[in-house]
Amino acid sequence: MLAAIGLESIDQLFSGIPEKLRLRRLLDIPRALTEPELLDYFKDRAARNAADYVSFLGAGIYRHHIPIIIDALISRSEFYTAYTPYQPEIAQGTLQAIFEFQTYIAQLTGMEVANASLYDGSTGVAEAMLMAQRISRKNKFLVAKTVHPEYRAVMDAYARNLGIEIQLIDYTAEGRVDMAQVERALGKDVAGIVVQSPNFFGTIEDTALISDLAHRHDALSIINIAEAVSLGILKPPRDADIVVGEAQALGVPMSFGGPHVGFLATRDRYVRQMPGRLVGMGKDYSGKRAFVLTLSTREQHIRREKATSNICTNQSLCALMSTIYLATLGPVGLAEVCEHNILKTDYAVGQIRSQTPHRVLFPAPRFNEFVVQLDDRYASRVERLMQNNIVPGLDLSRFYPELRNTLLVCVTETTRKDQIDALVKGLA
Amino acid sequence: MSSNHQRTGSHFQITERLVFEEGSPGRRGFDLPELDVPRKDVATVIDPSLLRDGIAGMPELSEVDVIRHFTRLSTWNYHIDLGLYPLGSCTMKYNPKINERVARLEGFALAHPYMPAELIQGALEVQKTLETCLAQISGTDAVSLQPAAGAHGELTGILMIRAYHQSKGNPRKKILVPDSAHGTNPASVTISGYVVENVPSDRRGMVDLEHLKKVVDQDVAAIMITNPNTLGVFERDIAEIAELMHSRGALVYMDGANLNAMMGITRPGDFGIDVLHINLHKTFTTPHGGGGPGAGPVAVKKILEPFLPYPTVGRQAGGNYFFDHDRPQSIGKMKAYNGQFGMHVRALCYILANGPEGLKEVSEVAVLNANYIRAKLKDAYAIPYDSPSLHEIVFSDRIQARKDVHSGDIAKRLIDYGFHPPTVSFPLIVPGALMVEPTETESKQEIDAFIEAMLAIAKEAEENPEIVKSAPHSTRIGRIDEASAARKPVLRWRPE
Ligand SMILES: Cc1ncc(COP(=O)(O)O)c(C=O)c1O
Repeated sequence: MLAAIGLESIDQLFSGIPEKLRLRRLLDIPRALTEPELLDYFKDRAARNAADYVSFLGAGIYRHHIPIIIDALISRSEFYTAYTPYQPEIAQGTLQAIFEFQTYIAQLTGMEVANASLYDGSTGVAEAMLMAQRISRKNKFLVAKTVHPEYRAVMDAYARNLGIEIQLIDYTAEGRVDMAQVERALGKDVAGIVVQSPNFFGTIEDTALISDLAHRHDALSIINIAEAVSLGILKPPRDADIVVGEAQALGVPMSFGGPHVGFLATRDRYVRQMPGRLVGMGKDYSGKRAFVLTLSTREQHIRREKATSNICTNQSLCALMSTIYLATLGPVGLAEVCEHNILKTDYAVGQIRSQTPHRVLFPAPRFNEFVVQLDDRYASRVERLMQNNIVPGLDLSRFYPELRNTLLVCVTETTRKDQIDALVKGLA
Repeated sequence: MSSNHQRTGSHFQITERLVFEEGSPGRRGFDLPELDVPRKDVATVIDPSLLRDGIAGMPELSEVDVIRHFTRLSTWNYHIDLGLYPLGSCTMKYNPKINERVARLEGFALAHPYMPAELIQGALEVQKTLETCLAQISGTDAVSLQPAAGAHGELTGILMIRAYHQSKGNPRKKILVPDSAHGTNPASVTISGYVVENVPSDRRGMVDLEHLKKVVDQDVAAIMITNPNTLGVFERDIAEIAELMHSRGALVYMDGANLNAMMGITRPGDFGIDVLHINLHKTFTTPHGGGGPGAGPVAVKKILEPFLPYPTVGRQAGGNYFFDHDRPQSIGKMKAYNGQFGMHVRALCYILANGPEGLKEVSEVAVLNANYIRAKLKDAYAIPYDSPSLHEIVFSDRIQARKDVHSGDIAKRLIDYGFHPPTVSFPLIVPGALMVEPTETESKQEIDAFIEAMLAIAKEAEENPEIVKSAPHSTRIGRIDEASAARKPVLRWRPE
């Protein structure tokens, strides 16, 4: 091959690089490993993560059962080794699957249209904020303190240089967003209000009321869904303007925080302000149904600095996982999973109330998470549970210093009764 | 099409309706275990006004229905396991199967980032080791694995540049972006609150140092440069460009999408780059997944380290790893948790499988393959910039355009020959661009077959342009009427 190019050595291939910039030593990285060594290396590291603990952690990443067929299907190299479907004639598989994802998300959220995915829930809600800024041409956002704290941190990082002002809204003793405070803060300058449901404390918000209040003040209603399984049974936020969130709960492994999959849904009239890719249904020149990336004049490869977002690569394969999850469960299976989450969580709350001295905070209805406030025996209780291989939940003071000695506990359909009982016993 | 070029023909194909048009009420694909806590009516736990009344249009399917549906869809995709995928700038190389195996180990797949540090030592070690390797490969001092993809890395990097200038009292106003840059570059600049100033390329297809000397003033925060650039050309003056920027108090951002050309050959940190992003889904074989997930770590020199997104992965004196949230000058969080961990495992697996000699050979063979294609096609296709190529070569359709055959037509015709087309949408400085990046994982046979197909198409364009202009002829569907699809967008299925 070198001869065909007219060169004598590999080194000459790099003649375009000035000699003074060449690295004339080997990189200082570990020596090459063979396949058996690689397996050993990673099995050893994987074993140093405690997968065998009973975990009550949720807080934005949920442990639901993932049907086996998802991995079987997404492991087809036709799906996982293909690029973004820029050549529709040889990418109809990916395109149709994304169109199905968009439809499922629209159905679940009660919105008219959904995009092909965003990186995750946290960047999704930041993108939703920028979208609302474009639609409203206003810069102030009211954001509930019960929006996932890491999502709020990402919103801050995105907002900082764009003239956006974020005003936080407190939660009530019920564990919901303080509507009176929202009402006081709403004014002509407010672009939108951002509320999560179920919120970070697991409490279900009345999204219809929130949207109504926003609309009465000419502000947009942005509802964030971090636990997408809940949409299988909870009333969708139909009155919102943007529904944005995280679909990890729908069939995507927790995987130490990623890759997961963000979604963004809205009303038809805002579609040209949406970030991210969209797949449309059209026809080929002979009239056959066909799918294709569309409305790309919003996007960076055409609009460059005027694009609605800088996103290019998104989370297509994870969106496919969620699509297969929804196809496998169907509306009935999904509602049953929701029912198990609600009833097991309700059981856990009841047991903690009756069997332990601790307080379960926030009486509003909840989906699969709740907050327990322990007394000053907090540290010893948590330690005892950990010794029994139980991670009892998230220490909320990490994000809410006012909530000392409190745990955010998540119970899903995968949590067995004996595991709940062990948690309760450990807390008692 | 002569028979020895022909890799495609007709084969068994099943058309498939939408999932919403399949199934029937009462079918199920999944059963839950018996409920092991007391059964209650959900409406007694949650106010019924908060509950929904079914999900209109959602289908009910059996497991086999679901398997068949998605398997059939999958058969309509071209993919890297099927053949050469020469999309320039995208680095479509083979994705080793072991990556997939190790990323699925339970200890990784079930890890939760809020676990106490002592229960996630393995995951943190993987992240720290990958950071160290990427810093070494890029010649930088610190790495954040948080960004989710290349564009997200760009935004992260530019925000760090902004924080750096801010810490000196003035964030400045503009970022210089060469006209050959990928669209995400200017888009990321805008979200960072900066204004884009375009920099024209010179006759070599490189950034013009003399022009820069005139435009870099106190308002310029940085230049955002791609190297090798999107023409596959190494910016010969890169060290001088960096020196100029630094002498005027500005920084240098590098789009590292093309790192595959230079592993072990030259290092961005050594030629003056202050911050770059690295696409793990290009250079480091994490699969593209039909459009993601990717991962776009940012690598920085010491001066930018304080501004990295939090948390970073730290290591205590005793050897234990931890998430370090105590980063007072950090730009904040760019994404919840710490990045696309599943991709980090795969990328580290790839680096360890190759080692220092292996990675260097990757870049050598990637550059060899691209130059071989260049040599073989240079008479049939125009080369608008004749600077030496590294890992990719940009042709144009100038010769074929005389017969009204354009890059898009050539791309579609390649499909009939059994290949995925090259990139045709950019760089914008080349009208009718055909950007070819073979990568190192292709054999000479596969590359020769591609070259033959390209030559055959060049001949067809001369002798029978219609057949090229109406391609593809072998696919399940033909060219799509994209204009109509965009005029009246149908973005979801609805019941009739
Ligand atoms: C040169 C260049 N820069 C940036 C990007 C954006 O990367 P990503 O798609 O991972 O966001 C790409 C890839 O699409 C690219 O080719």
